[in-house]
Amino acid sequence: MNDRPFDNRAWLLVLPVLAIVLFSALLPLMTVVNYSVQDSFGNNQFFWNGIGWYRELLDPSTDLGSRFFGALWRSLLFSAIILAIEVPLGIAVALCMPRDGWRLAATLVLMALPLLVPWNVVGTIWQVFARGDIGLFGHVVNALGIDYNYTAGILSAWFTIVIMDVWHWTSLVALLCYAGLRAIPDAFYQAARIDGASRLAVFRWIELPKLRRVLVIAVLLRFMDSFMIYTEPFVVTGGGPGNATTMLSIDLVKLALGQFDLGKAAAMSIVFNLIILAVCWVFYTVMTALDAEKQAEGPAKGAE
Amino acid sequence: MNLDWMAWTWETAAFFAAILALLLLMTALAVWRPETPRTGVLGIPTTRGDRLFLTLLGAAFIHLAWIGLTGLDAWYGSALSVLYGIAVFLLV
Repeated sequence: MNDRPFDNRAWLLVLPVLAIVLFSALLPLMTVVNYSVQDSFGNNQFFWNGIGWYRELLDPSTDLGSRFFGALWRSLLFSAIILAIEVPLGIAVALCMPRDGWRLAATLVLMALPLLVPWNVVGTIWQVFARGDIGLFGHVVNALGIDYNYTAGILSAWFTIVIMDVWHWTSLVALLCYAGLRAIPDAFYQAARIDGASRLAVFRWIELPKLRRVLVIAVLLRFMDSFMIYTEPFVVTGGGPGNATTMLSIDLVKLALGQFDLGKAAAMSIVFNLIILAVCWVFYTVMTALDAEKQAEGPAKGAE
Repeated sequence: MNLDWMAWTWETAAFFAAILALLLLMTALAVWRPETPRTGVLGIPTTRGDRLFLTLLGAAFIHLAWIGLTGLDAWYGSALSVLYGIAVFLLV
C-alpha cells in the first residue's frame, strides 16, 4: 500500500460521461424514487403517499407485500439452485476439457454457442423443446411415464427453467474455470507428481485454491444474472403456473406495465435495486481485496 | 421552479439536493483535504467516499427494516441511520 494521498482531481475529467449518465440513468432513477412516494391515476395525476407503498410492500400480510416476498424468495431460491448446479458442473466440465489440439478448438466453439443465443430465443427453443405434444424433450420424458407438463405442474415448470438456465450459462462458468486452470504453471503439477499426490489431492490443494479468483467472478456473475432473470421464464412459463415461477423482475413488470401501478412498482424497484447494489458492493470489494492480495504476493509467486 | 413537471415533489427534491450536497462536500474535501485510505473493522481499506457510500446504502436498509419490522414512525429509523453513519465514519 503506498502512502501517497489520492489526487482525486482527475475525476473532474469524467464530467462529460457523468452528464450522459445523468440523462440516461440518474434522472430516470430519480424519477423512480419520486414515483415511489406517490400514487398515480390516469391522466398524469399524482398524489402524495409518503412511505405508504414501502410500508405495504414490506408487510407480508398485505397483498403487495405477500406478492413481493413471494417473488423475492422465488428469485433467491432460483439463484441458489442455479449456483448449486452450475458452479460444480462448470468446474467438472472445465476439468474434462482437452488441453490443446483441434479438440480444444471444437470444444470451445461448442461451449460458446449457448452463450451467443439471445435470451428470448433460448426461451423459445425450450418452450418448444419441452412441450409434450411437439417438443422432443417433453415427448420423451412423457413417454418414459413421467408426468411432465411445464404449463400445469409447478415442479415441471421449475425443472424446465432451471435446466434451461443450466443449458444457457454453465458454459460461462466452465470457460472461466478453464481459463483459471490453464493459468496454473506446470511446476505445480510436477511437484504434485513428485510427491505422489492423488488426482483428488491435486484438485483439492492445487486446482481449487488457484481457481478461487475466477470462481468468485463466476459465482457473482451467475448470482446477479439469475437473480435478475426475466426473459427466459417469461417466454417459457409466463410466470406460471399460477405465480410459481414469477421472479422479482417478472412481478415488477406485471405491476408497472400490466397494472400500471407506478407507485407500487417504483417502491418495489427501489428495494430490488438496493439489494442488487448491496451485492454489487460485495462483489467489487471482494474483487479489489483479491487483487490487492495478488499484488502483495509479488511477481515471484504471481507469475501466472 | 415548476415542480409539477414530471410530477416532482419538494420532498424528493430535498432528498436529492441533500445527496448532491453530500457529494459536493466530498468533492471539495477530496480536492482540499486529500486523504489516504485506512483499514477499519471490516478489514478493507476505505476512503471517506467508501464510508459515505456504506452509510447511505446502510441507511436505506435500516429504513426498510424499520418500516418493515416496526409499525413506528420512520423518523426513528432516520435517527438510527444517523447513529449508524457516525459509527461507519468512526470505525470502518
